[in-house]
Amino acid sequence: MNENLRALLYLLAAVAFIVGLKRLSSPRTARTGNIIGALGMLLAVVVTLIGTGVSWWVVAAGIAAGAAVGAAAALRVKMTAMPQMVALFNGFGGLASALVAGAEYLRSDPAALPIETITSMTLSVAIGAVTFTGSVIAFAKLQEILGGAPLTYRGQRPVNLAVAATIIGLGAWAVATSLALPFWVAGAVALGLGVLMVLPIGGADMPVVITLLNSLSGLAAAATGFVISNSALIIAGALVGASGVILTNLMCRAMNRSLGHVLFGAFGGTVAAAAGAGGNARSTSADDVAIALAYSSQVMVVPGYGLAVAQAQHALRSLTADLEKRGVRVVYGIHPVAGRMPGHMNVLLAEVDVPYDQLLDLEQSNAVMDRTDVVLVVGANDVVNPAARDDRTSPIYGMPIIEVDRARSTVVIKRSLASGFAGIDNPLFYKDGTAMLFADAKKALTDLLGAMALV
Amino acid sequence: MLEPVVIGVITFVLASFVGFEVISKVPPTLHTPLMSGSNAISGITIVGALIATGGGADTLATVLAFIAVATATVNVVGGFLVTDRMLGMFRKPRRPAGEEGGER
Repeated sequence: MNENLRALLYLLAAVAFIVGLKRLSSPRTARTGNIIGALGMLLAVVVTLIGTGVSWWVVAAGIAAGAAVGAAAALRVKMTAMPQMVALFNGFGGLASALVAGAEYLRSDPAALPIETITSMTLSVAIGAVTFTGSVIAFAKLQEILGGAPLTYRGQRPVNLAVAATIIGLGAWAVATSLALPFWVAGAVALGLGVLMVLPIGGADMPVVITLLNSLSGLAAAATGFVISNSALIIAGALVGASGVILTNLMCRAMNRSLGHVLFGAFGGTVAAAAGAGGNARSTSADDVAIALAYSSQVMVVPGYGLAVAQAQHALRSLTADLEKRGVRVVYGIHPVAGRMPGHMNVLLAEVDVPYDQLLDLEQSNAVMDRTDVVLVVGANDVVNPAARDDRTSPIYGMPIIEVDRARSTVVIKRSLASGFAGIDNPLFYKDGTAMLFADAKKALTDLLGAMALV
Repeated sequence: MLEPVVIGVITFVLASFVGFEVISKVPPTLHTPLMSGSNAISGITIVGALIATGGGADTLATVLAFIAVATATVNVVGGFLVTDRMLGMFRKPRRPAGEEGGER
């Protein structure tokens, strides 16, 4: 194939990715957007296979194996397990980029390579390796193969910085001297850095880790694009890198923490529950809550990851369907960090057939709060904690919250008064307008549905 | 004639700006499909993996290329499929362009 034509077809593939991402701006157009992106990928693969002297049996074997594993995983994964699957796929992307750069390095004579090519190769291998092992650790944590609690030790921060500096030093050495040894050692040390970087990060901070790894997998692909001078890789890598950066920023802002604090702070799950500060919580019964819900004009459900843990989405949907039949308007207030990854809660609710116009984001939720009669908090805690707004001494002060205490009344479904991931007591539980329904989320929602029948 | 690396840098910088513009318009509701979909797109590295299989002589390079093709394919096939599966679940509102929280 003519090289100019080939380059233009790669550009077409990159345009398909951009169009595909653009169509993600609305749920109505998103699905065709994804298909356009997939067609762009198919085009890029076909263009590559024609006349570049690939080894057909290696290609066939690799694609067959990868497609089988990928399809099986994609079709079987539960929506609750989506974060760990995306983490693992990120890792595969990073690994592939690192291996491509490694294979290109082996195929060429390092001494004859221009300086920018060795630099790109080193970057690709290092970023890809960090992404790979970091993602595997994130997967293991989310899948609960490893404990969710952060593993910390003294001097963690200087050690990680020293390891990162070592990689940069080795990389510079490899670039300057064209020696193979520092090149490979840099890759190996980068594998270690991925592990060291993610191990200390607690469960509640996982959304940030996944978005960051997402960004890195894009950057690794872009670096590989520089190695093989391919614009499709550079453009696609830049798009994914930008996406990851945007989401990482959003997650950090939603927790009111800096990226550095997430990476080095070891926050989630360390602090013991603070002493109960605020007096008595009022306990209520399913019957009372059912009456309050049935006579509301607007109910807001604020779900948290606890909803997914209890597998209570279907029970919740049955309850809200019953309410809607009675003419109650039901909306869902979704905090950006309510799930284990950005938008996780929305997918879980979409799976149980909640129409997407009922899924409100943080600002939209707070805007309709004054008109809300009952807020039902299910499995969420820190994201509705008024201390983040009112108490300057609170560790989560400044974090944007869904201000459920501004609604006429709030019902919190919770097993006990135990604190959330941040380990912080929640004054919401002791407010006058708040009633606690102490039960497992699934049982509480099922009980509520039963009680509704009698209202 | 510009060096390829310079063209690459120009492409990268411009594409990053396009990425920021396009992706900042994705609503929070679709952030999980955005992540899995962009993940699939980062599987574009499969292009490099395919080219790398043409190494020939070096056995280790061929092994690396094989693993790269396989892992990149997992990324591509799995990523696009799971994104499609998720997006298929997002149901249309019953009231077309209804009250607040509808069309944006």
